[in-house]
Amino acid sequence: MLRLMCFVLTILASGLSVADVAAVYDFDTRSAEQRYQTLIAELRCPKCQNQNIADSNAPIAKDMRSVVYQMMLNGASNDDIVESLVGRFGEFVRYKPELDSRTFMLWATPAIAVFGGLFVVAGIVIRSRRAGTAAPPLSTEEQARVDKMLAEQHHNGNV
Amino acid sequence: MKRFLLFLPLLVAIILGVVLFAGIGKDPTKLDSVLIGKQVPAFSLRNLIKPESNLDESLFRGEVTLLNVWGTWCPTCRAEHDDLMRIARDKKIAIIGLNYKDNRDDALVWLDELGDPYRTIIYDPKGTLGFDLGVYGAPETFVIDASGVVRYRHVGEINNEVWEKVLLPEINEARGNG
Repeated sequence: MLRLMCFVLTILASGLSVADVAAVYDFDTRSAEQRYQTLIAELRCPKCQNQNIADSNAPIAKDMRSVVYQMMLNGASNDDIVESLVGRFGEFVRYKPELDSRTFMLWATPAIAVFGGLFVVAGIVIRSRRAGTAAPPLSTEEQARVDKMLAEQHHNGNV
Repeated sequence: MKRFLLFLPLLVAIILGVVLFAGIGKDPTKLDSVLIGKQVPAFSLRNLIKPESNLDESLFRGEVTLLNVWGTWCPTCRAEHDDLMRIARDKKIAIIGLNYKDNRDDALVWLDELGDPYRTIIYDPKGTLGFDLGVYGAPETFVIDASGVVRYRHVGEINNEVWEKVLLPEINEARGNG
């Protein structure tokens, strides 16, 4: 019984903390709500570093969520909203950084890794195929041994 | 060609080593301010001590100042308070306070008990100026030059070492005698 109560209390308490994090903003349309959720998922909390502002309960993340909401109500575009936050907190707050000369490697590395890997695999496959078709050259000594063995087999009538 | 391929893993390891080594010792929780080289954002807020008077960005014109963001809810602000008092006593630089997301009564009690190192204190209960300054955690301290341009931001506690090695050189540079 006690265990059951503990369990129920834990469930209730976890519900409380989730409710605290979840935004309490109202939207007229479902698409506006979704736009808001996408935005706050792509913005990074400067205080807690490895959380987006949707997940973070830090005061600064709350402020940023409220600014996103207010700007949306005032008809700002997604770019306006993100730029306004980047203008205050820096590129750090973008989980999706813009493609420019500084972030080029960041975006290019996965592609380089995949194509580099394909290149290596293709190289190995091609080389092993080539090795399979072309018979390795034998030295005269080895050739003489092969001839001798074949001659013996032939002599024994096994072929 | 084959010989070169043998050295490829070594080459990759060296490049990775250099890149990763460059990141060692950097504190990822300290972010560079975007405002460096820019004017202090425009604001219009009340004076903490004299609620009837209004303050704006012209407060930062005329001399190099420190802008210290603090609140009574912030334990590290208490830790650095004695150092701020010492800096103010030595008259090394004018310190302007930004009382951030706090309430006036608590702030006045704090100043009464611990002393007031600030020349002027901006009262920002909603954190609007703090937000425009990109403050993400108090205490933060900005070095602002005589024309109101942000020159440096320090995130975290000010202690003797930070003062000697970081802030003082930045202040001297802002004064034009670095």
